[in-house]
Amino acid sequence: MYPVKYHKPNTIDDAVAALAAGEEAMVLAGGQTLLATMKQHLASPSDLVDIRGIDGMVGACIDGDTLVIGAATTHAEVAGSAVVRKHCPGLAALAGNIGDPAVRNMGTIGGSLANNDPAACYPSAMLALGATIVTNTRQISADDYFQGMFATALEEGEIITSVRVDAPAKAAYAKFAQPASLFALVGVFVADGPHGVRVAVTGAGDDGVFRHAGLEAALASDWSAGALDSVDVSEDGLISDIHGSADYRAHLIKVMAKRAVAAA
Amino acid sequence: MTNVKMKVNGKTVAREVPDETLLSEFLREHLRLTGTHIGCDTSQCGACAVHVNGKMVKACTALAVSLEGAEVTTIEGLANGELHPMQVAFHDNHGLQCGFCTPGMIMAGVDMVNRYKAEGRELTSEAIRHELEGNICRCTGYHNIVKSIEDAAAKM
Ligand SMILES: Cc1cc2nc3c(=O)[nH]c(=O)nc-3n(C[C@H](O)[C@H](O)[C@H](O)COP(=O)(O)OP(=O)(O)OC[C@H]3O[C@@H](n4cnc5c(N)ncnc54)[C@H](O)[C@@H]3O)c2cc1C
Ligand code: FES
Ligand code: FES
Repeated sequence: MYPVKYHKPNTIDDAVAALAAGEEAMVLAGGQTLLATMKQHLASPSDLVDIRGIDGMVGACIDGDTLVIGAATTHAEVAGSAVVRKHCPGLAALAGNIGDPAVRNMGTIGGSLANNDPAACYPSAMLALGATIVTNTRQISADDYFQGMFATALEEGEIITSVRVDAPAKAAYAKFAQPASLFALVGVFVADGPHGVRVAVTGAGDDGVFRHAGLEAALASDWSAGALDSVDVSEDGLISDIHGSADYRAHLIKVMAKRAVAAA
Repeated sequence: MTNVKMKVNGKTVAREVPDETLLSEFLREHLRLTGTHIGCDTSQCGACAVHVNGKMVKACTALAVSLEGAEVTTIEGLANGELHPMQVAFHDNHGLQCGFCTPGMIMAGVDMVNRYKAEGRELTSEAIRHELEGNICRCTGYHNIVKSIEDAAAKM
C-alpha cells in the first residue's frame, strides 16, 4: 500500500474538515472493501478519515415507525440488533448473511451503500424498502441514491451518517451467492410496506440494483410465490459473465423472488 | 508514523509504525508473532484471523492504527500453560495437514463456539460449515476440521 495519513475524528465537523484538507482524502469505515482496493493500487488516498469514532454513527434505534441505523453499524451488529430483528427481520437476516463472520464484524452498512457494488446485498434492501440515506448535508431517497455500478448520488466529501427505513409489514431477501466471493450472483429483496409493494434485484443488472415492475405488479395483486409463475423476467440489461449468463440470471431472479416471498 | 498501543495476548505493546501498516504486518513484522499467517492478503482465506475485542477479524484487512487501545488475541495467546481445548481437538481429530490454515481455523472455531454459547444456539456440523465460509483449507477437505470444532465445542 502507498503511504497514507490516518485520522480518527470524534465529530462530523472534524471529519468533513479532514476530508476537505487532505489532497485526496477518503472516508474509512470497515475497510473490507477500501483496504483491498488500496492494496491493489486501485485507490491511493492521501488521507483516510475513519468515521467509526464519531458519536451516533453506530447502532440502531426506532423513531416512531422508522428504523434508524447508524452508517458505521457493522453487518454483525445489524444482524444481532433487537430493534432491527423486531421491525424488519428481513433486513437483519440479510446482514447476517453478508460475506463471512469476520467480514460482518468489520464491514458497515454505510460503507456498503457508499461503495454500491453491483452485487452487494444492502442496495436491494434500501431500494425495496424505499429507505432514506441520510448524509451530513441532506436526505436522499433510495430511488435517487443508486445511480449505476459503483455510482451514487453522494457528492465529493459527503458522508453517510445513517439510513432510515420505514418498518414494512412484510419483507425478506433471498440470495444466490457466488460461492467464491459470497456476493450475490442474484439477490432479490421483496417488501410490502408504507412505500407499497416493491421488488429490488441486485447482482444481475448491468446498471447495478434495479426494481422489477413485473414482479411488483404480480405481488401487488396477489402476495404469493405462485403469483410470480406467470411473470416474464427478461434477460435484457442483465449481466453475463463467467459466473452466469444473462439468461441464467433472469431465471434466478424469479427463483429468488419466490423464495423471498415465501420467507417474508 | 503513529505510535500505536494495544494489548496483544494480555501484554501491552506500543510501536511506532507507518499509518498504512496492516494488523497482520504489525503482529508478524513488528511484534514477531508469526503464528498469524498470510494466505491471500485479500480477505478471502481467513488464515490471518485473530480476535479484536473478542470479535474475529481478518488481520490483513484492518489497519493497526485504527486499533489503538484494542485487545487482540492471536493463536499464540490461546494456550495457557496447556493447549486450548480447540488446539487439543485439532490434534486429536487430525484437523490439519500442512497446518497453514490452522491458526485461522482455530481462531474461527473458538469464535463460533463462544458466540453460539452466548446466544444459546446449537452449533451443529451444518452451522460449523456455514461459519467457516471465510476460512479456506487446501489440504484437509474440511471434514476433520468440522469434527475438531464439534469435539472442542463439547469440551469448552
Ligand atoms: C470476503 C468478502 C465477502 C463479502 N461478501 C459480501 C456480500 O455477500 N454482500 C455484500 O453486500 N457485501 C459483501 N462484502 C463487502 C462488505 O460488505 C464490505 O464491508 C462493504 O461493501 C464495505 O463496507 P466497509 O464498511 O468495509 O467500507 P470501506 O471499505 O471502509 O469503504 C468502502 C467505500 O465506501 C466509502 N465510505 C465508507 N463509509 C462511508 C460513509 N459513511 N459515507 C461515505 N462514504 C463512505 C469509502 O470511502 C470507500 O470508498 C464482502 C467483502 C469481503 C471482503
Ligand atoms: S490473509 Fe487475511 S484473509 Fe487471507
Ligand atoms: S491444513 Fe493445509 S491449508 Fe489447511
